[in-house]
Amino acid sequence: MLSKRIVLHFPHRLVDQPIIYKLVKDFNLGFNILKASVTPQEEGLMVLELSGEDIDFNKGMKYLEDSGVRVQPLSEDIVRNSAKCTDCGMCVPICPANAFVIDPVSRKVIFEEDKCIACELCIKICPTHAMEINF
Amino acid sequence: MRTIAEINQKIKKGSVVVVTAEEIIDLVARKGAKKASQEVDVVTTGTFGPMCSSGAYFNIGHSKPKIKIGGGSCKLNDVPAYTGFAAVDIFLGATALPDDDPRNKVYPVEFKYGGGHVIQELLEGKDIRLEATSYGTDCYPRKKLETLIKLEDLNEAVLFNIRNCYQNYNVAVNLSEKMIYTYMGALKPQMGNANYCSAGQLSPLLKDPLYKTIGIGTRIFLGGGIGYVAWQGTQHNPMAPRKENQVPSSGAGTLAVIGDLKQMKAQWLRGTSMLGYGVSLTVGIGIPIPILSEEICAYAAVRDEEIYAQVVDYGSDYPQAVTRSLGEVNYAQLKSGKITVQGKEIPTGALSSYSRAKEIAEELKSWIKDGEFVLSEPVAGLPGAESGYKFKPLKERPIQ
Repeated sequence: MLSKRIVLHFPHRLVDQPIIYKLVKDFNLGFNILKASVTPQEEGLMVLELSGEDIDFNKGMKYLEDSGVRVQPLSEDIVRNSAKCTDCGMCVPICPANAFVIDPVSRKVIFEEDKCIACELCIKICPTHAMEINF
Repeated sequence: MRTIAEINQKIKKGSVVVVTAEEIIDLVARKGAKKASQEVDVVTTGTFGPMCSSGAYFNIGHSKPKIKIGGGSCKLNDVPAYTGFAAVDIFLGATALPDDDPRNKVYPVEFKYGGGHVIQELLEGKDIRLEATSYGTDCYPRKKLETLIKLEDLNEAVLFNIRNCYQNYNVAVNLSEKMIYTYMGALKPQMGNANYCSAGQLSPLLKDPLYKTIGIGTRIFLGGGIGYVAWQGTQHNPMAPRKENQVPSSGAGTLAVIGDLKQMKAQWLRGTSMLGYGVSLTVGIGIPIPILSEEICAYAAVRDEEIYAQVVDYGSDYPQAVTRSLGEVNYAQLKSGKITVQGKEIPTGALSSYSRAKEIAEELKSWIKDGEFVLSEPVAGLPGAESGYKFKPLKERPIQ
């Protein structure tokens, strides 16, 4: 069983295709949409948690790529610029996924990327703009 | 016990004993205040948080031909500076915004750039666009000036913050039904989070609660350089309620501080944006407390558990100037990540960086140990707890 959080970029020619439907029907994958933004005439973007048997998962990923969807693992997308971060901790209670944790000894903020659901709340509230997005 | 002059002698000889405001806590717990006060000469404190009443003044030098910016207009990277001085003196406030900032028209606006960011960029050595206009006089004929400036070329560049270093602060929550965006950060509805802003047991005025050593003329760590306490800060409120340990349990004393911006560092003066609120400057300050008595040592050893703050509703009470506390919590509770208010467990967030406050206290400690920083005698005290000095609300009177 595999479960991964991934970012899908749909070129605009694919925006009207039932891609996610096929993932479910043909590859038996479960999905949870964490974020989606589809603008007509532009690229579509979807953040998914995708899960299924290993063999199905890999086939599904190949299908996505063959269809022209660009796939990125989620953790690469929301990054902390440590040169800008002051470790204040304002992001900690704002994050709905509890991805920010304060180290009890150093009092520095730890960003646990694997918990991030790319909701982007931290990006706007960070006082020094230390959270950056690379979709 | 010892005088500041004696401490300075020890600094020069390299025999001074300095500990941080964190380290003194353990020392006093182990040995008692009497023994600790005999051993330790100086306790260093630190704080690093957004402080809106900050700014800097500059003398930019005279152009050829000359211009009288005084009474005219002046912008630095589109951020307006105050010009009501002589020909080429200007003051830039930390919260100043470019004229074309959307200013919450598309609420909540991000407030990406303002006065605080200009100060940070000057410290980074960047070129800043200066655009000034004036009306022209016989002695200052020029009406328009557009030039790049940078910090090293200015005659004077002086950080002058009229209110910094608040002695304690509110813990902000939101009792309303919608998300709000405040200077205490974004506050989720129905007390979804509680934001606080103090370094607690490292914070300068919490470790000298009765201002027995910190006064006008005290030399301090300011923005990574050396500065001075210039005056009490605006809204200085020494009569605020205090606990038995003399530590105020809400916002109380404040400091006005000043120092040469050219020797400061961008790392310790950071342009800051508060979503839906505005821009500010996050300021790093460290103040040495000379241990002149056992009593001063005992005050400096106060712990997070013994410092209390009031939980205040920013959904309605604060904007409507209703004074009400929803409860009292201490900094150990706040730092644990959760507090309980009116039976509800609430996650906490900090605006003030404790880890940076600690770094400042450590840095100031090494400056003193290395003989790079000697203590100053205050030339006058700050209005104290018995002074009658108060922070009053505005009495509005109709204009006839």
